[in-house]
Amino acid sequence: MAELYEELGLTEGEYRDIVRLLGREPNKVELGMYSLMWSEHCSYKSSRAVLAQLPTRASYVLQGPGENAGVIDIGGGLAVAFKMESHNHPSAVEPYQGAATGIGGIVRDIFTMGARPIACLDPLRFGDPASPRTRYLFGGVIAGIAGYGNCLGIPTVGGDIYFDPCYEENILVNVMCIGIMSKESLIRGQATGVGNAVVLLGNRTGRDGIGGASILASQEFDEKSQEKRPSVQVGDPFTEKLLIEACLELLEKKLLLGLQDLGAAGISCACSETAARGGVGMRIDLEKVPLREEMEPFEIMISESQERMLAIVEPRNLEEVLGVCGKWGLSAVVIGEVTEGDALKIYWHGEKVVDVPASTLASGPVYDRPAERPDYLDEVQSFDPSTLRHPEDLSQTLLRLAGGPNLCSRRMVWERYDHMVQLNTVVYPGSDAAVLRIKGTSKALAVSCDGNSRYVYLDPYLGTQIAVAESARNVVASGGVPMAFTNCLNFGNPEKPGIFWQFREAVRGMADAARYLELPVVSGNVSFYNESFGAAIYPTPVIGMVGLIGNAAHRMDIAFPQEGLAVALLGETLDELGGSEYLWLVHGMAAGRPPRLDLRLEKGAQTTCIEGIRRGIILSAHDCSEGGVAVALMECCCAGGVGARLEVDTELKPVSWLFSESQSRFVVTLREEGLPTLRELAKARNVQLEVLGRTGGDRLVINDWIDLEVAEMDRVREEALERIMRG
Amino acid sequence: MKFGVVVFPGSNCEMDCYHVIDKVLREEVDYVWHQETDVSRYDCLVLPGGFSYGDYLRCGAIARFSPVMEAVADYARGGGLVIGICNGFQILLEAGLLPGAMLRNTCLHFICRFVDLRVENASTPWTNAAEAGQVLRIPIAHNEGNYTVDAGTLRELQEQGRIILRYCAPDGTVSEESNPNGAMDNIAGICNEGFNVFGLMPHPERASEAVLGSTDGMVIWESVMAHYRGRG
Repeated sequence: MAELYEELGLTEGEYRDIVRLLGREPNKVELGMYSLMWSEHCSYKSSRAVLAQLPTRASYVLQGPGENAGVIDIGGGLAVAFKMESHNHPSAVEPYQGAATGIGGIVRDIFTMGARPIACLDPLRFGDPASPRTRYLFGGVIAGIAGYGNCLGIPTVGGDIYFDPCYEENILVNVMCIGIMSKESLIRGQATGVGNAVVLLGNRTGRDGIGGASILASQEFDEKSQEKRPSVQVGDPFTEKLLIEACLELLEKKLLLGLQDLGAAGISCACSETAARGGVGMRIDLEKVPLREEMEPFEIMISESQERMLAIVEPRNLEEVLGVCGKWGLSAVVIGEVTEGDALKIYWHGEKVVDVPASTLASGPVYDRPAERPDYLDEVQSFDPSTLRHPEDLSQTLLRLAGGPNLCSRRMVWERYDHMVQLNTVVYPGSDAAVLRIKGTSKALAVSCDGNSRYVYLDPYLGTQIAVAESARNVVASGGVPMAFTNCLNFGNPEKPGIFWQFREAVRGMADAARYLELPVVSGNVSFYNESFGAAIYPTPVIGMVGLIGNAAHRMDIAFPQEGLAVALLGETLDELGGSEYLWLVHGMAAGRPPRLDLRLEKGAQTTCIEGIRRGIILSAHDCSEGGVAVALMECCCAGGVGARLEVDTELKPVSWLFSESQSRFVVTLREEGLPTLRELAKARNVQLEVLGRTGGDRLVINDWIDLEVAEMDRVREEALERIMRG
Repeated sequence: MKFGVVVFPGSNCEMDCYHVIDKVLREEVDYVWHQETDVSRYDCLVLPGGFSYGDYLRCGAIARFSPVMEAVADYARGGGLVIGICNGFQILLEAGLLPGAMLRNTCLHFICRFVDLRVENASTPWTNAAEAGQVLRIPIAHNEGNYTVDAGTLRELQEQGRIILRYCAPDGTVSEESNPNGAMDNIAGICNEGFNVFGLMPHPERASEAVLGSTDGMVIWESVMAHYRGRG
């Protein structure tokens, strides 16, 4: 056994704990289950203690972390379920299937709660855009998301894409799904009622994805990584679509007591988690599991075959449940029953192969890892951007940013995703947040994913605060009131003190920002071991923010809507080129300090903007982020096909005013007569308001710094990604 | 007027079509499960978009064997109104209710965006509310919309006015640049000889409410309703 536990990824101490908990040596099947359930991926053993500081409650939170997804009440009897997850390592090994099954997993998490999935968003991080490997991975990931998501009929409405060499070997594929339901349809992943049937729905079980959680997700990459391809699951979106429809029909008919998807660690995880949550035991007859090929009990328990669900059903409803599944052409088999006590007992043709307390599987060890501030921080933070020589032609510099890999248009990506199906998308990808109307109501949801990891690398605490603030700002710019968020925390190896320090600081920053902005964290995911050959990615927390637009008519997008409007900048511009996209693209540097964030001003700017939108004064709004106000203005021009002539009075150097990424700013347009009211709204919140000029014409002109044709900027932005990916 | 929206396993635009018929057109509508064999109670059948059977084989190739398709074929032969949108169009092709076949888009990937379409024949049950030459802005969302057919049939389609919609520029010019998927002769939608069966790749249900960015899809729905009521 001793050799086996190491091979399975358990430590000696963990093995001793298992022996102590069981009062005996585990057998091979049991050990396999513990190795998966106690893996970092399933147990959160390194992160759980740190995550405890996140605020998770609000009056409208119906379900916080700990379930398949978080759920919030949006009034009128409706609730919204959402969650973000990672599928990084599978996607780096096999990009198409890795990304596809990532979508499959997150979508199951949503309908498992009883919600109909209404949108997906995919934050993606790739390496150097010039490398052939990046182009291969990029193409595969986009195709996998499109291939799976389009087939399901769930629109992919947003996400973000960054390129940085730190992701060269270890790309990030994060996936977020959001669903809508009536409040009373909320169902949890728990087993209740002794004697109730445990039903396995969906695909047959095969050898795909054996050990995905422990082998792929909880180890660093090295030269053997390609050998891990067989650990990547293969997606079947057609079966997933049938599962969605069948499960929602079963829930609507109130035929299920509990529902749980099978993801990482397969049957082991689904059975132990549902039993532990319900405080009951479970007996499973493993030979009843429909198989694609001959398999050993050990393999069946840990297979990560996709598109499977576990349902808890009262015996009297069993026939009807099997009938509904039959109608959808889905396999549904009773594989066991809920029992008294808390033992998970697994039988193979009558012979007991597992007998362990379910709770010991579901709650693994908790580690308090050593943390130490990494040395690189002093060096990068001490860099002073004011020592740089700046380019003289600022128009060309802006064009360079516009056509750079991180700021150019993502149209070629989102046009490969069906972003319209379900008829809810009323603000398309490419704006600050996607906006989805809620049929049968006047409401809409604004959803945004954000996470600038360069800031987090330069200052984990501040960078993560900015991620939360920016995500909320994007929702506000789209007319929404931010309500709650989910997150995916992508970091390196937590056993290294420097990495764990980054993680701890990032979570502290997230908690502080969330508390100040009164935004509960309702779900999330941690992905550690994002390292290859000993080098970690930038610490990359990604935020998925959901906001409510009370009246869908108040939705906003970034486009300058017409000529002759006043263009105003809400918020203050400071000399803050540290960590900026300008510094990276023009000077090749990821250094300096990220822009400051004053949460009080942030809140002030956000409430000013939302109030201006609600009163009908603000006619377009755009958050200023990477590339600064210059890039924001360019994007507004390109989206609306309208130019602007602007006069800026500032003591800053032109390059600082244009490209500083100072936080808490919005570019808005409004009619002249709206200015006094907006000034009052801003003043009451101590927020600066500066009128820059007017929309009109076919050029963007800023002082004698910038003078560019809108059509030219648009062409550069739109053609860039296609060109970059052609190599 | 009573519509039936046919649901195959893997359809994913059936709820969108249902929504538009029910909430926007305010007409009667039912879902028709693919195993039903009697569709005679409907005044118009809609074969919606999606990925029937996952499109794991050629698009629509499995759906055509669903029990409902025999009933749909009888219904069409009897002059019943049938519209196939996107995957529904592909199923009509596979079922032989319309001529031709779909290849993969020439760009070899899925495309979802608004396109401009020129109405080539405005005297059909599906386009009588339009002017000939009118340009409609309606989204496409497909991976296999590259329509192809043998030369003889293409000539027949052209001569008989059975090419109903063609991809065009916003000003109505039909050219290679305005062809999103490589479709032969820029074909976006065709009819059978009786003009009662209509297949099109664009999604009129996605352009039937102002909040979604276009109401040009209403031209199709209004036409078929006018036709049904004898005004078309």
